[in-house]
Amino acid sequence: MNIVVCVKHIPDPNIPGELEGGRLKRSGVQGVLDPGDEFGVETGLQLKEAHGGEVTLVSMGPPTAMEAIRRGLSMGADKGLLVSDDALQGACALVTARVLAAAIKKSGPFDLVIAGVESTDGYTGTMPSTLAELLDVPQVTFVKRLDSADGTIRADRQTAEGYQVVESPLPALITVTAGVNSPRYASFKGIMAAKKKPVDNLSIGDLGLSSEEVTSMQQIASVGSAEARKAGEVIEDDGTGAQRVAEFLKEAKVI
Amino acid sequence: MPADLRLLDDDERSLVGLVREFCDREARPQSHDFESKEQDPAPLYRQLAELGITGIPFPEEHGGAGQSYSTYLLVIEELAHAYLSLAIGLSVHTLCAFAVNQFGTDAQKKEVLARLTTGEWFGAYSLSEPGSGSDAAALSTKAARSNGGYSLNGGKVFCTRGAEADVVLMMARTGPEGARGITAFLLEKATPGFNGAKKEDKMGWRSSPTWSLTLDDVEVPDSRRLGDEGIGFKIALASLDSGRLGIAACGIGLAQAALDATLAFTTDREQFGRPVAANEGVQFMLADMATGIEAGRRLYRHAARLRDAGEDYSLQAAQAKLFCTDVAMKVTTDAVQLHGGYGYITEYPVERFMREAKGLQIVEGTNQIQRYVIGRRLTGA
Ligand SMILES: Cc1cc2nc3c(=O)[nH]c(=O)nc-3n(C[C@H](O)[C@H](O)[C@H](O)COP(=O)(O)OP(=O)(O)OC[C@H]3O[C@@H](n4cnc5c(N)ncnc54)[C@H](O)[C@@H]3O)c2cc1C
Repeated sequence: MNIVVCVKHIPDPNIPGELEGGRLKRSGVQGVLDPGDEFGVETGLQLKEAHGGEVTLVSMGPPTAMEAIRRGLSMGADKGLLVSDDALQGACALVTARVLAAAIKKSGPFDLVIAGVESTDGYTGTMPSTLAELLDVPQVTFVKRLDSADGTIRADRQTAEGYQVVESPLPALITVTAGVNSPRYASFKGIMAAKKKPVDNLSIGDLGLSSEEVTSMQQIASVGSAEARKAGEVIEDDGTGAQRVAEFLKEAKVI
Repeated sequence: MPADLRLLDDDERSLVGLVREFCDREARPQSHDFESKEQDPAPLYRQLAELGITGIPFPEEHGGAGQSYSTYLLVIEELAHAYLSLAIGLSVHTLCAFAVNQFGTDAQKKEVLARLTTGEWFGAYSLSEPGSGSDAAALSTKAARSNGGYSLNGGKVFCTRGAEADVVLMMARTGPEGARGITAFLLEKATPGFNGAKKEDKMGWRSSPTWSLTLDDVEVPDSRRLGDEGIGFKIALASLDSGRLGIAACGIGLAQAALDATLAFTTDREQFGRPVAANEGVQFMLADMATGIEAGRRLYRHAARLRDAGEDYSLQAAQAKLFCTDVAMKVTTDAVQLHGGYGYITEYPVERFMREAKGLQIVEGTNQIQRYVIGRRLTGA
């Protein structure tokens, strides 16, 4: 089974982010493999362990994004592909999907593409669906459990009420939720081995994309802080406390 | 302020990164719980095996990572910074694996070392007895010839993880009194007659089990005798030279943790309208703590580099063990002092660090014995 996992190098979410011209500051900031993508890598590795094949990591980002690929390789993925180009700075979700689609097509035939539900820095959540359309394959989003057999996948798909069981032929694209598995640590041997694994570095020219195709359509009008959370209501118990809490919960339609 | 990584090479930096991540996510958050329950952190040892750091300084052909001893000590220091008892466990494991690598036959390396390096097995080290501590060569556990092998009888004390380990490097007497009558054996867990008799209740290292072991007619085949008869004490001491560097690194990791906690506390805690750390009297104490730690770190790393270069390093190992563990005692004591009353209660970690530092001054040769080793080397006596 040939598996492609999309991985993103993002500013360490444990360090408060800074803005730079309306965008998240990235250069000179400690970066990590998006924690959400670790679940994708783990899913890919588990499928490979069960069915054989190869796991290829694909990423778009500045040269430092190689760190995210190395991290995935040290967890056990086989090879990597990084698309890096100055023209891609500040790319919107649509451009990102175009670039990744071209990179995935170039890397050869695939059975399954895996992505996180959304990135931990941008949170648009639209890239994977766009990518599936561009690759012309079915998509199963919000996967929280996955089986695969005989050219199909069967997934439990998280919904607001519970989950749906969805089957799809391969090739396909899935997005995985944070509950799908517990990602392994890289091992020391894995880190050493990762240095010798093949990684391709491509520019937009190598992918045959035109400059229009990589021009972002999206404009950031303004950026503001989210409204601070209001202090809660404190109910002092003068004997009617329990009743007032119950009324409050009823009003909120919780009970 | 974590240890300075600037002069490390890429491999070392990625290894330290891996260990820090494990420490931040697993070891440190769980340490308090295991310590207060006095429970051996078996799941964390399994994770050390999965991370591939149970055999760092051993050859790749025997399952190790083929790295230097200096690199291995970086890992010990990081672990000790997060959770001392776990670092001690890995250090003792390495003591056992070292001996098999250095003195074992090819078959023993295949059967025992390869299991230790991959973490399928964990090792322990058993030299001390009720009647022989500092004077370890006076040990009296007997190994007599029997059925083409040996039969061991006697009792050991203070064996770290003695009942948890899968194999124990066991020193016993096969010959006359004195150092030359001692032989080393690789004794497997659950060998009939070999038992953990009593787990000690201790001041610190409470999740690092310390066992009294009994040996009643324990049959050990020839294939599990390590080295020739009579060189057991040499093996025991060679392991300790290496092990002392591990204890030194533990001391520095622990002291660094105490300093880090103290810096955080004294910059946050305000008295007389300013942070406690704004007082020169406090800053001078912090300065001495940081300087002692850095000096100790250089000392044990220098000894490790001598070892990696194949030079004699036992003098420097004794100096490093002595200095680094004394630094740990001083720094952790001052850490408690600078926390005031909060240092004396278990809600803050520094009282634990202080109790833990005391153990480091005692094990693998008390600090009096280190001075004795150093003095003898200096005077040729
Ligand atoms: C938590 C813990 C874990 C341990 N783990 C292990 C283990 O895994 N394996 C193992 O084999 N042992 C282990 N030990 C034992 C440890 O190595 C001994 O406790 C240590 O070597 C001291 O021996 P002793 O306790 O018999 O003290 P003693 O030798 O009786 O010493 C008592 C005091 O006399 C001093 N003294 C003795 N001789 C001299 C001298 N010639 N000159 C000056 N002062 C002297 C000592 O420094 C000490 O202060 C452990 C001990 C502890 C506390």
